[in-house]
Amino acid sequence: MTIKEIQEEIVDEFSMFEDWDERFQYVIDLGKGLPLIEEKYKTEENTIKGCQSKVWVHAEQKDGKIIFTADSDAIITKGIIAVLVRAFSNHSPAEILEADTQFIDEIGLKDHLSPTRANGLVSMIKQIKMYALAFQAKQ
Amino acid sequence: MFDVQKIRAQFPILSQTVNGKPLVYFDNGATSQKPKVVIDAIEKYYQEINANIHRGVHTLSQLATDAYEISRAKIQDHINAEHLHEVIFTSGTTHGINLVANGFASIVTKGDEVMVSALEHHSNIVPWQMLCERTGAKLVVIPMDENGELILSEFDRLLSDKTRIVAVNHISNALGIINPIRYMIDKAHQAGAAILIDGAQATPHLKPDVQALDCDFYVFSGHKICGPTGVGILYGKEAWLNKLPPYQGGGEMIKEVTFEKTTYAELPHKFEAGTPNIAGGIVLGTAIDFLNEVGFDAIQKQEKELLQYGTAKLSEIEGLTIYGTGEKTSVISFNIEGIHPYDIGTIVDKLGVAVRTGHHCAQPIMNYFNIPGTIRASFAFYNTKEEIDIFVEAVQKAKMMLS
Repeated sequence: MTIKEIQEEIVDEFSMFEDWDERFQYVIDLGKGLPLIEEKYKTEENTIKGCQSKVWVHAEQKDGKIIFTADSDAIITKGIIAVLVRAFSNHSPAEILEADTQFIDEIGLKDHLSPTRANGLVSMIKQIKMYALAFQAKQ
Repeated sequence: MFDVQKIRAQFPILSQTVNGKPLVYFDNGATSQKPKVVIDAIEKYYQEINANIHRGVHTLSQLATDAYEISRAKIQDHINAEHLHEVIFTSGTTHGINLVANGFASIVTKGDEVMVSALEHHSNIVPWQMLCERTGAKLVVIPMDENGELILSEFDRLLSDKTRIVAVNHISNALGIINPIRYMIDKAHQAGAAILIDGAQATPHLKPDVQALDCDFYVFSGHKICGPTGVGILYGKEAWLNKLPPYQGGGEMIKEVTFEKTTYAELPHKFEAGTPNIAGGIVLGTAIDFLNEVGFDAIQKQEKELLQYGTAKLSEIEGLTIYGTGEKTSVISFNIEGIHPYDIGTIVDKLGVAVRTGHHCAQPIMNYFNIPGTIRASFAFYNTKEEIDIFVEAVQKAKMMLS
């Protein structure tokens, strides 16, 4: 699937929920299901600033595609990063760099997060794009 | 007779809904809400007497100057300062601390010591660290125990003839613990050190008597005591304020300026360079009048009831730990086992409850307890037990969703 198709799938899933608590419960469950990052990658270097909670994102390249793993000490943040990992992981640097992030608004996440928290979200997306840029430069 | 509903009716913001739920505002430690009299006074100032102060001969300038100086006198009376010129308008607590710390650069030298406590807000740590970097002095920290109380035997031991100044809060922002400042002020003076009290978290709950306390400096913010943001007070003993050099140069703070030499104005103007927050200064007086009309006895009684009720209710939640169990004000800082404070804060916000989550600008305290932060509910006299019930229910719902 392309990034766009995955994003549409995520938007579809979120559209089933009418209430905020169902939406959050889903984010929380996604957080619980996020494959764990290896402890050795929870470094200062992999920490994303701008979040109230700690967020680590690790990236490695496999067959020309970037695999993201991530974790957070807060479960809602972990759920949000799980959504991002699902949308962006296992794609080429070029695909990731080209990808739109509009779907975040569409699933109502940005809306439901206060400015400080939304900044954390923005930082996460920025970090994912930075990794893609770095891997592309290496090629 | 204290009637909480009558009090609440004077705070327009409290009748709002947030996320479709009635607002429960428990972030009073960060800033207080403002009563209608304060909001009206800001408008009245700009509509009727806005002018620059202490310079114009025209009527408006006189009116604005009078109002500003009447406010200064109200504050002098409120904190029982001996002299009117010991009351300096600042932009807030942080400004007041920086002003003093900066002034001490002319007093402190290499080998001297500057003392803070483990319970301080970053704004009462960083300016002193900067002073130490500039002068080569050493920053000494009074440790605390697991109840969040300062270890006084350690304080006694750390004090010496090298200590130039002790900077400690009256009440801790992160935990609400009331520090034994009367004792600490006496001890500091016996050691020959000056002492600054950060009253930012105390002034919403009590009326400090700076003469009875005998502290050298006392700083606080307007916005935490029902006043506007961007205004605060530095009280300093006359002798100390005369001794410290000016912090900022500019208009208002001078007596005479030539390119060869400038002589500084008398107190308090020496420390009030530039056009101040005139509206803020005037309205701070309005806020203090308002609080005194409610009465600090009534405020304390209401807040004590809320603290006891809130503590009992929250303690019923399994896995909940309250940090800071010593003598304290109406602050409950807590965590629930296995759940990040951020997650709880996010969910309770959806239910209309405003609390602070995170390290509360007091990272050393969080490091001491080895936690990323806490959820802090801080109550004001306009809060109610019904609101605590809503909050506790919200925390329980959050716990259920997050576990």
